Amino acid sequence: MNCDEAAILMHALIDGELDAGHAREVEAHIVGCAACAARLREFQELRRNLTPAGLRYSAPGSLRESIEGRLPAPPAAASRRAVISSFALGAGVSAIAACGLLVMVMRNDDESRILGEVVSAHLRSLQAQHLTDVLSSDQHTVKPWFNGRLDVAPPVVDLTAQGFTLLGGRLDYVDAKPVAAIVYRRRVHVINLFCAPAPDFGHRRAVMESLHGFNVRRWSENGLNLWAVSDINTEELAEFGEKFEAALKQ
Amino acid sequence: MMAGGATDLTDGGRAERFKTLALPHLDEVYTLARYLMRSASDAEDAAQECYLRAFRHFDTFRGGPVKPWLLAILRNVCHAAHAGKARLEFTADAGDPQALPLWREPGDTPEQAMLRRSDSQTMRRLIGELPADYREVIVLREINDLSYRDIATVIEAPIGTVMSRLARARGLLHDAWIAAEGGSKTK
Repeated sequence: MNCDEAAILMHALIDGELDAGHAREVEAHIVGCAACAARLREFQELRRNLTPAGLRYSAPGSLRESIEGRLPAPPAAASRRAVISSFALGAGVSAIAACGLLVMVMRNDDESRILGEVVSAHLRSLQAQHLTDVLSSDQHTVKPWFNGRLDVAPPVVDLTAQGFTLLGGRLDYVDAKPVAAIVYRRRVHVINLFCAPAPDFGHRRAVMESLHGFNVRRWSENGLNLWAVSDINTEELAEFGEKFEAALKQ
Repeated sequence: MMAGGATDLTDGGRAERFKTLALPHLDEVYTLARYLMRSASDAEDAAQECYLRAFRHFDTFRGGPVKPWLLAILRNVCHAAHAGKARLEFTADAGDPQALPLWREPGDTPEQAMLRRSDSQTMRRLIGELPADYREVIVLREINDLSYRDIATVIEAPIGTVMSRLARARGLLHDAWIAAEGGSKTK
Protein backbone atom coordinates (compact mmCIF):
# COMPACT_ATOMS: atom_id res chain seq x y z
CA MET A 1 0.00 0.00 0.00
CA ASN A 2 1.31 3.46 -0.87
CA CYS A 3 0.62 6.80 0.82
CA ASP A 4 -1.99 7.89 -1.75
CA GLU A 5 -4.07 4.80 -1.07
CA ALA A 6 -3.56 5.08 2.67
CA ALA A 7 -4.63 8.76 2.58
CA ILE A 8 -8.07 7.65 1.41
CA LEU A 9 -8.39 4.36 3.25
CA MET A 10 -7.38 5.75 6.64
CA HIS A 11 -10.77 7.51 6.68
CA ALA A 12 -12.59 4.24 6.13
CA LEU A 13 -10.45 2.87 8.96
CA ILE A 14 -11.47 5.74 11.27
CA ASP A 15 -15.11 5.15 10.35
CA GLY A 16 -14.97 1.40 10.95
CA GLU A 17 -15.90 0.73 7.32
CA LEU A 18 -12.98 -1.56 6.46
CA ASP A 19 -13.02 -5.33 6.67
CA ALA A 20 -10.36 -6.91 8.88
CA GLY A 21 -7.98 -7.64 5.99
CA HIS A 22 -7.91 -4.10 4.61
CA ALA A 23 -7.80 -2.61 8.11
CA ARG A 24 -4.63 -4.61 8.81
CA GLU A 25 -3.05 -3.42 5.55
CA VAL A 26 -3.75 0.23 6.34
CA GLU A 27 -2.53 -0.15 9.92
CA ALA A 28 0.64 -1.86 8.70
CA HIS A 29 1.33 1.04 6.33
CA ILE A 30 0.69 3.62 9.05
CA VAL A 31 3.04 1.89 11.48
CA GLY A 32 5.83 2.19 8.92
CA CYS A 33 5.05 5.72 7.64
CA ALA A 34 5.52 8.69 9.96
CA ALA A 35 3.76 11.12 7.58
CA CYS A 36 0.60 9.01 7.33
CA ALA A 37 0.65 8.34 11.08
CA ALA A 38 0.74 12.10 11.68
CA ARG A 39 -2.15 12.64 9.24
CA LEU A 40 -4.20 9.97 10.99
CA ARG A 41 -3.61 11.63 14.37
CA GLU A 42 -4.72 14.98 12.93
CA PHE A 43 -7.98 13.53 11.67
CA GLN A 44 -8.64 11.75 14.94
CA GLU A 45 -8.08 15.05 16.75
CA LEU A 46 -10.43 16.80 14.31
CA ARG A 47 -13.12 14.18 14.91
CA ARG A 48 -12.85 14.63 18.68
CA ASN A 49 -13.85 18.24 18.05
CA LEU A 50 -16.75 17.31 15.81
CA THR A 51 -19.26 16.60 18.56
CA PRO A 52 -22.49 15.78 16.72
CA ALA A 53 -24.66 16.98 19.60
CA GLY A 54 -23.33 20.51 19.23
CA LEU A 55 -23.54 20.48 15.45
CA ARG A 56 -27.07 19.16 15.06
CA TYR A 57 -30.09 21.38 14.64
CA SER A 58 -33.44 20.49 16.10
CA ALA A 59 -36.50 21.06 13.97
CA PRO A 60 -38.86 23.72 15.32
CA GLY A 61 -42.15 22.36 16.68
CA SER A 62 -44.03 24.53 14.21
CA LEU A 63 -42.35 22.70 11.31
CA ARG A 64 -43.45 19.30 12.63
CA GLU A 65 -47.00 20.57 13.11
CA SER A 66 -47.08 22.11 9.68
CA ILE A 67 -45.96 18.85 8.03
CA GLU A 68 -48.45 16.79 10.03
CA GLY A 69 -51.17 19.28 9.14
CA ARG A 70 -50.53 18.87 5.42
CA LEU A 71 -50.71 15.05 5.44
CA PRO A 72 -54.12 13.34 5.20
CA ALA A 73 -55.92 12.85 8.52
CA PRO A 74 -55.91 9.40 10.19
CA PRO A 75 -58.87 7.12 9.39
CA ALA A 76 -61.62 6.55 11.92
CA ALA A 77 -59.95 3.46 13.41
CA ALA A 78 -62.09 0.33 13.54
CA SER A 79 -62.08 -0.72 17.17
CA ARG A 80 -60.72 -4.16 17.99
CA ARG A 81 -64.09 -5.14 19.37
CA ALA A 82 -65.70 -4.27 16.03
CA VAL A 83 -63.14 -6.41 14.21
CA ILE A 84 -63.72 -9.36 16.53
CA SER A 85 -67.49 -9.08 16.46
CA SER A 86 -67.42 -8.88 12.69
CA PHE A 87 -65.56 -12.18 12.71
CA ALA A 88 -68.04 -13.67 15.15
CA LEU A 89 -71.07 -12.49 13.21
CA GLY A 90 -69.67 -12.99 9.72
CA ALA A 91 -72.30 -14.91 7.79
CA GLY A 92 -70.11 -17.29 5.83
CA VAL A 93 -67.61 -17.85 8.61
CA SER A 94 -67.99 -21.01 10.65
CA ALA A 95 -67.51 -20.86 14.40
CA ILE A 96 -64.28 -22.87 14.20
CA ALA A 97 -62.77 -20.63 11.56
CA ALA A 98 -63.79 -17.60 13.60
CA CYS A 99 -61.94 -19.00 16.60
CA GLY A 100 -58.86 -19.53 14.49
CA LEU A 101 -58.99 -15.96 13.25
CA LEU A 102 -59.58 -14.69 16.75
CA VAL A 103 -56.45 -16.48 17.97
CA MET A 104 -54.51 -14.97 15.10
CA VAL A 105 -55.78 -11.50 15.88
CA MET A 106 -54.90 -11.88 19.55
CA ARG A 107 -51.48 -13.33 18.88
CA ASN A 108 -50.56 -10.54 16.47
CA ASP A 109 -51.77 -8.13 19.07
CA ASP A 110 -49.53 -9.74 21.65
CA GLU A 111 -46.51 -9.57 19.37
CA SER A 112 -46.99 -5.93 18.54
CA ARG A 113 -47.44 -5.12 22.24
CA ILE A 114 -44.18 -6.89 23.09
CA LEU A 115 -42.49 -5.15 20.15
CA GLY A 116 -43.59 -1.87 21.72
CA GLU A 117 -42.25 -2.98 25.09
CA VAL A 118 -38.78 -3.95 23.86
CA VAL A 119 -38.47 -0.64 22.00
CA SER A 120 -39.55 1.20 25.18
CA ALA A 121 -37.01 -0.76 27.23
CA HIS A 122 -34.34 0.17 24.68
CA LEU A 123 -35.32 3.85 24.92
CA ARG A 124 -35.35 3.77 28.72
CA SER A 125 -31.87 2.25 28.75
CA LEU A 126 -30.58 5.21 26.72
CA GLN A 127 -32.37 7.91 28.70
CA ALA A 128 -31.98 6.90 32.30
CA GLN A 129 -28.20 6.53 32.31
CA HIS A 130 -28.84 2.94 33.20
CA LEU A 131 -27.45 1.18 30.18
CA THR A 132 -25.62 -1.52 32.09
CA ASP A 133 -25.73 -3.14 35.53
CA VAL A 134 -22.51 -4.96 34.82
CA LEU A 135 -20.06 -2.96 32.76
CA SER A 136 -17.53 -5.18 31.04
CA SER A 137 -16.39 -6.06 27.56
CA ASP A 138 -15.46 -9.53 28.83
CA GLN A 139 -18.12 -12.14 28.09
CA HIS A 140 -16.84 -14.26 30.99
CA THR A 141 -17.68 -11.42 33.39
CA VAL A 142 -21.05 -10.52 31.89
CA LYS A 143 -22.50 -14.03 31.58
CA PRO A 144 -21.98 -15.17 35.22
CA TRP A 145 -23.43 -11.87 36.47
CA PHE A 146 -26.89 -13.08 35.39
CA ASN A 147 -26.59 -16.22 37.58
CA GLY A 148 -29.30 -16.22 40.21
CA ARG A 149 -30.95 -13.15 38.70
CA LEU A 150 -32.78 -15.02 35.94
CA ASP A 151 -34.06 -18.54 35.40
CA VAL A 152 -32.15 -18.79 32.13
CA ALA A 153 -28.47 -18.41 31.32
CA PRO A 154 -28.44 -15.85 28.52
CA PRO A 155 -25.91 -16.35 25.74
CA VAL A 156 -23.19 -13.68 25.90
CA VAL A 157 -20.70 -13.64 23.05
CA ASP A 158 -17.93 -11.23 22.28
CA LEU A 159 -18.39 -9.80 18.78
CA THR A 160 -15.69 -7.12 18.94
CA ALA A 161 -13.77 -8.72 16.09
CA GLN A 162 -16.95 -8.57 14.00
CA GLY A 163 -17.40 -4.85 14.68
CA PHE A 164 -19.87 -5.01 17.58
CA THR A 165 -18.33 -4.11 20.93
CA LEU A 166 -19.73 -5.77 24.05
CA LEU A 167 -20.50 -3.07 26.63
CA GLY A 168 -22.08 -5.13 29.39
CA GLY A 169 -25.36 -6.51 30.66
CA ARG A 170 -28.45 -5.35 32.47
CA LEU A 171 -31.57 -6.80 34.05
CA ASP A 172 -34.70 -5.42 32.40
CA TYR A 173 -38.41 -6.15 32.26
CA VAL A 174 -40.48 -7.02 29.20
CA ASP A 175 -44.06 -8.19 29.40
CA ALA A 176 -43.76 -7.87 33.22
CA LYS A 177 -41.10 -10.60 33.32
CA PRO A 178 -37.40 -10.20 34.03
CA VAL A 179 -35.22 -10.51 30.93
CA ALA A 180 -31.51 -10.25 30.24
CA ALA A 181 -30.39 -7.24 28.21
CA ILE A 182 -26.95 -7.67 26.66
CA VAL A 183 -25.60 -4.37 25.41
CA TYR A 184 -23.43 -3.91 22.34
CA ARG A 185 -22.13 -0.86 20.54
CA ARG A 186 -21.68 -0.26 16.80
CA ARG A 187 -19.94 3.07 16.15
CA VAL A 188 -22.06 5.48 18.25
CA HIS A 189 -25.13 3.23 18.23
CA VAL A 190 -26.29 1.06 21.09
CA ILE A 191 -27.77 -2.36 20.43
CA ASN A 192 -29.83 -3.93 23.22
CA LEU A 193 -30.21 -7.68 22.87
CA PHE A 194 -33.11 -8.86 25.04
CA CYS A 195 -33.29 -12.57 25.98
CA ALA A 196 -36.32 -14.18 27.58
CA PRO A 197 -37.20 -17.84 28.11
CA ALA A 198 -39.40 -19.15 25.29
CA PRO A 199 -42.33 -21.50 26.01
CA ASP A 200 -40.95 -24.08 23.55
CA PHE A 201 -37.60 -25.10 22.13
CA GLY A 202 -38.48 -24.39 18.51
CA HIS A 203 -36.28 -22.39 16.20
CA ARG A 204 -38.08 -19.42 14.73
CA ARG A 205 -36.42 -17.61 11.86
CA ALA A 206 -35.51 -13.98 12.24
CA VAL A 207 -38.13 -11.33 11.49
CA MET A 208 -37.16 -7.69 11.02
CA GLU A 209 -39.62 -5.12 12.29
CA SER A 210 -39.53 -1.39 12.78
CA LEU A 211 -41.19 0.91 15.30
CA HIS A 212 -40.74 4.64 15.88
CA GLY A 213 -37.59 4.59 13.76
CA PHE A 214 -36.00 1.73 15.67
CA ASN A 215 -35.32 -1.60 14.05
CA VAL A 216 -36.01 -4.85 15.85
CA ARG A 217 -34.74 -8.28 14.81
CA ARG A 218 -36.68 -11.01 16.56
CA TRP A 219 -35.89 -14.71 16.54
CA SER A 220 -36.02 -17.82 18.75
CA GLU A 221 -33.60 -20.63 19.43
CA ASN A 222 -32.56 -23.02 22.18
CA GLY A 223 -35.54 -22.16 24.33
CA LEU A 224 -34.94 -18.41 24.14
CA ASN A 225 -36.79 -15.55 22.52
CA LEU A 226 -34.37 -12.87 21.37
CA TRP A 227 -34.94 -9.29 20.27
CA ALA A 228 -32.11 -7.10 19.02
CA VAL A 229 -33.15 -3.43 19.14
CA SER A 230 -31.23 -0.48 17.77
CA ASP A 231 -31.37 2.62 15.63
CA ILE A 232 -28.78 1.22 13.22
CA ASN A 233 -30.12 0.33 9.79
CA THR A 234 -31.75 -3.00 9.05
CA GLU A 235 -28.76 -4.37 7.10
CA GLU A 236 -26.38 -3.79 9.99
CA LEU A 237 -28.86 -5.12 12.52
CA ALA A 238 -29.36 -8.24 10.37
CA GLU A 239 -25.58 -8.57 10.22
CA PHE A 240 -25.44 -8.34 14.02
CA GLY A 241 -28.08 -11.07 14.37
CA GLU A 242 -26.35 -13.35 11.90
CA LYS A 243 -22.94 -12.89 13.53
CA PHE A 244 -24.49 -13.53 16.94
CA GLU A 245 -26.21 -16.72 15.77
CA ALA A 246 -23.03 -17.89 14.03
CA ALA A 247 -20.96 -17.24 17.18
CA LEU A 248 -23.40 -19.28 19.27
CA LYS A 249 -23.06 -22.27 16.97
CA GLN A 250 -19.29 -22.35 17.35
CA MET B 1 -40.19 -3.24 7.82
CA MET B 2 -43.36 -3.55 9.80
CA ALA B 3 -46.08 -5.45 8.02
CA GLY B 4 -48.83 -3.65 9.96
CA GLY B 5 -50.97 -1.35 7.90
CA ALA B 6 -50.15 -3.16 4.67
CA THR B 7 -53.82 -3.86 4.12
CA ASP B 8 -54.93 -0.36 5.08
CA LEU B 9 -54.91 1.43 1.78
CA THR B 10 -56.87 4.52 2.75
CA ASP B 11 -55.09 7.86 2.49
CA GLY B 12 -55.26 8.30 6.25
CA GLY B 13 -53.79 4.84 6.85
CA ARG B 14 -50.93 5.51 4.48
CA ALA B 15 -50.33 8.84 6.18
CA GLU B 16 -50.20 7.20 9.62
CA ARG B 17 -47.68 4.63 8.42
CA PHE B 18 -45.65 7.32 6.69
CA LYS B 19 -45.62 9.46 9.84
CA THR B 20 -44.48 6.53 11.99
CA LEU B 21 -41.61 5.77 9.64
CA ALA B 22 -40.56 9.22 8.48
CA LEU B 23 -41.24 11.79 11.20
CA PRO B 24 -38.69 10.40 13.70
CA HIS B 25 -36.01 11.52 11.21
CA LEU B 26 -37.20 15.14 11.08
CA ASP B 27 -34.28 16.53 13.11
CA GLU B 28 -31.77 14.86 10.82
CA VAL B 29 -33.57 16.05 7.70
CA TYR B 30 -33.72 19.56 9.15
CA THR B 31 -30.03 19.47 10.12
CA LEU B 32 -28.93 18.58 6.59
CA ALA B 33 -31.32 21.25 5.28
CA ARG B 34 -29.73 23.87 7.54
CA TYR B 35 -26.25 23.05 6.26
CA LEU B 36 -27.33 22.92 2.62
CA MET B 37 -29.67 25.94 2.64
CA ARG B 38 -27.82 28.04 5.23
CA SER B 39 -30.88 29.89 6.51
CA ALA B 40 -33.45 28.68 9.01
CA SER B 41 -36.48 29.67 6.95
CA ASP B 42 -35.15 28.15 3.70
CA ALA B 43 -34.29 24.99 5.65
CA GLU B 44 -37.83 24.77 7.01
CA ASP B 45 -39.29 25.19 3.54
CA ALA B 46 -36.97 22.52 2.16
CA ALA B 47 -37.72 20.05 4.98
CA GLN B 48 -41.45 20.53 4.53
CA GLU B 49 -41.22 20.10 0.77
CA CYS B 50 -39.11 16.97 1.35
CA TYR B 51 -41.78 15.35 3.54
CA LEU B 52 -44.62 16.22 1.18
CA ARG B 53 -42.67 14.91 -1.79
CA ALA B 54 -41.68 11.77 0.12
CA PHE B 55 -45.33 11.14 1.00
CA ARG B 56 -46.38 11.53 -2.63
CA HIS B 57 -43.78 8.91 -3.58
CA PHE B 58 -44.38 6.70 -0.54
CA ASP B 59 -46.01 4.05 -2.77
CA THR B 60 -42.75 3.59 -4.63
CA PHE B 61 -40.72 3.25 -1.41
CA ARG B 62 -39.66 -0.40 -1.35
CA GLY B 63 -38.71 -0.80 2.29
CA GLY B 64 -35.13 -0.66 3.51
CA PRO B 65 -33.75 2.18 5.61
CA VAL B 66 -35.98 5.26 5.59
CA LYS B 67 -33.34 7.81 6.59
CA PRO B 68 -31.18 7.72 3.42
CA TRP B 69 -34.32 7.68 1.28
CA LEU B 70 -35.60 10.85 2.98
CA LEU B 71 -32.20 12.58 2.91
CA ALA B 72 -31.82 11.84 -0.81
CA ILE B 73 -35.18 13.53 -1.44
CA LEU B 74 -34.17 16.47 0.73
CA ARG B 75 -30.91 16.85 -1.18
CA ASN B 76 -32.82 17.01 -4.47
CA VAL B 77 -35.21 19.58 -3.02
CA CYS B 78 -32.27 21.74 -1.89
CA HIS B 79 -30.53 21.45 -5.26
CA ALA B 80 -33.73 22.48 -7.02
CA ALA B 81 -34.12 25.45 -4.66
CA HIS B 82 -30.56 26.56 -5.32
CA ALA B 83 -30.99 26.18 -9.06
CA GLY B 84 -34.12 28.32 -8.91
CA LYS B 85 -32.37 31.15 -7.09
CA ALA B 86 -29.57 33.35 -8.17
CA ARG B 87 -26.27 32.47 -6.59
CA LEU B 88 -26.70 32.61 -2.86
CA GLU B 89 -24.36 34.75 -0.89
CA PHE B 90 -23.11 32.93 2.15
CA THR B 91 -24.33 34.38 5.42
CA ALA B 92 -22.97 33.01 8.64
CA ASP B 93 -25.65 32.19 11.20
CA ALA B 94 -23.49 32.01 14.29
CA GLY B 95 -25.75 34.49 16.07
CA ASP B 96 -28.87 32.44 15.41
CA PRO B 97 -30.62 31.75 18.73
CA GLN B 98 -31.80 28.36 17.39
CA ALA B 99 -28.21 27.34 16.82
CA LEU B 100 -27.77 26.12 20.38
CA PRO B 101 -26.58 22.57 20.96
CA LEU B 102 -29.37 20.13 21.82
CA TRP B 103 -27.76 18.86 24.98
CA ARG B 104 -24.59 19.04 26.96
CA GLU B 105 -22.41 16.29 28.28
CA PRO B 106 -23.31 15.75 31.92
CA GLY B 107 -20.78 17.27 34.26
CA ASP B 108 -19.98 20.31 32.16
CA THR B 109 -19.31 23.37 34.23
CA PRO B 110 -20.89 26.55 32.81
CA GLU B 111 -17.42 27.55 31.58
CA GLN B 112 -16.91 24.25 29.80
CA ALA B 113 -20.40 24.47 28.37
CA MET B 114 -19.67 27.96 27.07
CA LEU B 115 -16.42 26.80 25.56
CA ARG B 116 -18.08 23.79 24.01
CA ARG B 117 -20.76 26.01 22.53
CA SER B 118 -18.35 28.43 21.00
CA ASP B 119 -16.29 25.51 19.64
CA SER B 120 -19.43 24.05 18.14
CA GLN B 121 -20.35 27.37 16.61
CA THR B 122 -16.91 27.73 15.08
CA MET B 123 -17.16 24.22 13.70
CA ARG B 124 -20.64 24.89 12.30
CA ARG B 125 -19.33 27.93 10.52
CA LEU B 126 -16.32 26.05 9.13
CA ILE B 127 -18.51 23.22 7.87
CA GLY B 128 -20.85 25.79 6.35
CA GLU B 129 -17.96 27.34 4.44
CA LEU B 130 -16.93 24.06 2.77
CA PRO B 131 -17.85 23.65 -0.91
CA ALA B 132 -21.25 21.93 -1.20
CA ASP B 133 -19.91 18.53 -2.37
CA TYR B 134 -17.67 18.28 0.68
CA ARG B 135 -20.10 19.90 3.10
CA GLU B 136 -22.79 17.32 2.48
CA VAL B 137 -20.55 14.28 3.05
CA ILE B 138 -19.24 15.76 6.30
CA VAL B 139 -22.78 16.41 7.57
CA LEU B 140 -24.00 12.96 6.50
CA ARG B 141 -21.04 11.14 8.08
CA GLU B 142 -20.14 13.16 11.15
CA ILE B 143 -23.47 14.62 12.21
CA ASN B 144 -26.17 12.35 10.77
CA ASP B 145 -23.95 9.27 11.25
CA LEU B 146 -24.70 7.49 7.99
CA SER B 147 -22.67 4.51 6.80
CA TYR B 148 -20.72 4.87 3.55
CA ARG B 149 -23.33 2.80 1.78
CA ASP B 150 -26.15 5.09 2.92
CA ILE B 151 -24.16 8.20 2.01
CA ALA B 152 -23.64 6.70 -1.46
CA THR B 153 -27.43 6.29 -1.73
CA VAL B 154 -28.08 9.88 -0.68
CA ILE B 155 -25.56 11.55 -2.97
CA GLU B 156 -26.18 9.06 -5.79
CA ALA B 157 -22.51 8.25 -6.22
CA PRO B 158 -20.38 5.10 -5.86
CA ILE B 159 -18.80 4.27 -2.48
CA GLY B 160 -15.35 5.05 -3.91
CA THR B 161 -16.50 8.63 -4.54
CA VAL B 162 -17.86 8.83 -1.00
CA MET B 163 -14.46 7.77 0.37
CA SER B 164 -12.39 10.17 -1.72
CA ARG B 165 -14.76 13.10 -1.05
CA LEU B 166 -14.77 12.43 2.65
CA ALA B 167 -10.96 12.28 2.68
CA ARG B 168 -10.77 15.62 0.85
CA ALA B 169 -13.52 17.15 3.01
CA ARG B 170 -11.77 16.22 6.24
CA GLY B 171 -8.50 17.60 4.86
CA LEU B 172 -10.14 20.94 4.03
CA LEU B 173 -11.99 21.10 7.33
CA HIS B 174 -8.86 20.27 9.30
CA ASP B 175 -6.88 23.05 7.58
CA ALA B 176 -9.69 25.56 8.13
CA TRP B 177 -9.97 24.53 11.78
CA ILE B 178 -6.22 24.92 12.37
CA ALA B 179 -6.37 28.35 10.72
CA ALA B 180 -9.36 29.35 12.90
CA GLU B 181 -7.63 28.09 16.07
CA GLY B 182 -4.49 30.04 15.19
CA GLY B 183 -6.61 33.15 14.61
CA SER B 184 -8.36 32.90 17.96
CA LYS B 185 -5.08 32.43 19.82
CA THR B 186 -3.52 35.59 18.37
CA LYS B 187 -6.53 37.69 19.39
